[in-house]
Amino acid sequence: MTIEIDNLRISFVGREVVKGVSFNVAKGASFGIVGESGSGKSTVLRAMAGLNNDWSGRIAFSGEDAPLFRPPAFFRKVQMVFQDPYGSLHPRQTIDRILSELPLVHGMDNIDDRIAKVLSAVALPQTARFRYPHQLSGGQRQRVAIARALIAEPEVLLLDEPTSALDVSVQAEILNLLADLRAERNLTYVMVSHNLSVIAHLCTEVGVMIDGHMVEQVTAEDLRLGNVNHAHTRELRSLSVELEEPA
Amino acid sequence: MLVDIQNLKIGFKSRTGFHQAVKGVSLKLGTEKLGIVGESGSGKSLTARALMKLLPTQTVIEADKLEFDGIDIRSASEKQMRTIRGKRAGFILQDPKYSLNPVKTVGSQVAEAWRTHKGGSKRAALEAAINLLEMVKIRDPKKVAASYPHEVSGGMGQRVMIAMMLAPDPELLIADEPTSALDATVQAEILRLIEELVSERGMGLLLISHDLPLVSHFCDRVAVMYAGHVMEELKASDLLSAQHPYTRGLLNCMPSLMHPKERLPVLTRDPEWLK
Repeated sequence: MTIEIDNLRISFVGREVVKGVSFNVAKGASFGIVGESGSGKSTVLRAMAGLNNDWSGRIAFSGEDAPLFRPPAFFRKVQMVFQDPYGSLHPRQTIDRILSELPLVHGMDNIDDRIAKVLSAVALPQTARFRYPHQLSGGQRQRVAIARALIAEPEVLLLDEPTSALDVSVQAEILNLLADLRAERNLTYVMVSHNLSVIAHLCTEVGVMIDGHMVEQVTAEDLRLGNVNHAHTRELRSLSVELEEPA
Repeated sequence: MLVDIQNLKIGFKSRTGFHQAVKGVSLKLGTEKLGIVGESGSGKSLTARALMKLLPTQTVIEADKLEFDGIDIRSASEKQMRTIRGKRAGFILQDPKYSLNPVKTVGSQVAEAWRTHKGGSKRAALEAAINLLEMVKIRDPKKVAASYPHEVSGGMGQRVMIAMMLAPDPELLIADEPTSALDATVQAEILRLIEELVSERGMGLLLISHDLPLVSHFCDRVAVMYAGHVMEELKASDLLSAQHPYTRGLLNCMPSLMHPKERLPVLTRDPEWLK
């Protein structure tokens, strides 16, 4: 599914927080958005996911303009994974209940089978199915959140800081899982993160946001080589490089 | 020695049995910067909290030695602890959003910290607070002092927390993930500020973090913790070339901007490490 975002503007109570953002993502590609808190990166993602009904500009999936209010079928194609696996899973529902919600809503068949399959796709044991979120570790919970997105058999995954609440060891597992899933299912990713190395690892192209503007779009390769133009990109890059080098 | 911990064990009684979280940790700290790194659940925060006697009463704490500047923490009374906490050892927590009182102005909170430990009039305390805010490099300290916590940014909030901890001139600063809620650019600023203040005032610093590269840049020594044990202790500058398989594993599984990896190596945990 190709994604086209054109001159996207979003305001909250008269204050504009996304000021004309445009970018394209090819089918099967992954696009990363970096920026500091308050730069509007998550707001862009939420508007794409249909979680915000007050925006102007153009958001198109597969060349088709997305309406302000998305039809139910849209949510089978585009799914979102949130940052905090502690907050995004219902604490009083078992994993089975959490995963069956979407198939039930969309009237899908063989729910039992689908849950079993999606659990193994994210490398969770089948026994996790009848556990509650608090009985799982942070990494396992994030796997459940990914499974919940995958069960819709989407073509696009919108990832909002999917690993920033996790330890580096668990982050590696989740990033590998996301890379494998993309290759297997030909998914298109848009990922938001404040960590440049994580973005550069998973995404081939990166957009840098500051204060509601996307000031630069570079390939991960150019970012690595330092072929960047905007001062903010350079600053983020040098901070990241500095930390990687021994003191 | 400012801090002397020997064979510290911390456990919790639960409905189903007993869980040992910290299993024999030994650490020493003088006027230097010691970092504790490790994954979540490795016991790094528990160790720091035990030192300040801030754990819930049902916690089972055992140690051969648990001393702050020669004072035995295990037998110290609550009254004695109050002369240590804040006054002699400051504690900076992760998220300023939850550690500041939302219904009091920033200035009055810093002033309160000052007055509790140093006494003096309210007006003198407020003046001292503004000085402290200036010391942590807040540009318009008067204006910030008059604002409420929700009106300041995360980085500013963390500066306020630091100002509050500096008020009584402590000898030791414990910072538990002081920057993990902050942006990369702000994170570097705050750590530089902490580093500067610590070396200026000759304090000891205990920096707890899960970010290995960060610690290696800002500390003198690092203790790597895993599952309640200290895996190894080494010079911070040697951290990125550490030999222990756990430390190496943690370093390897981080994605890198400069050295891209096709696939991230996953940490394989060896039960041998815990012997």
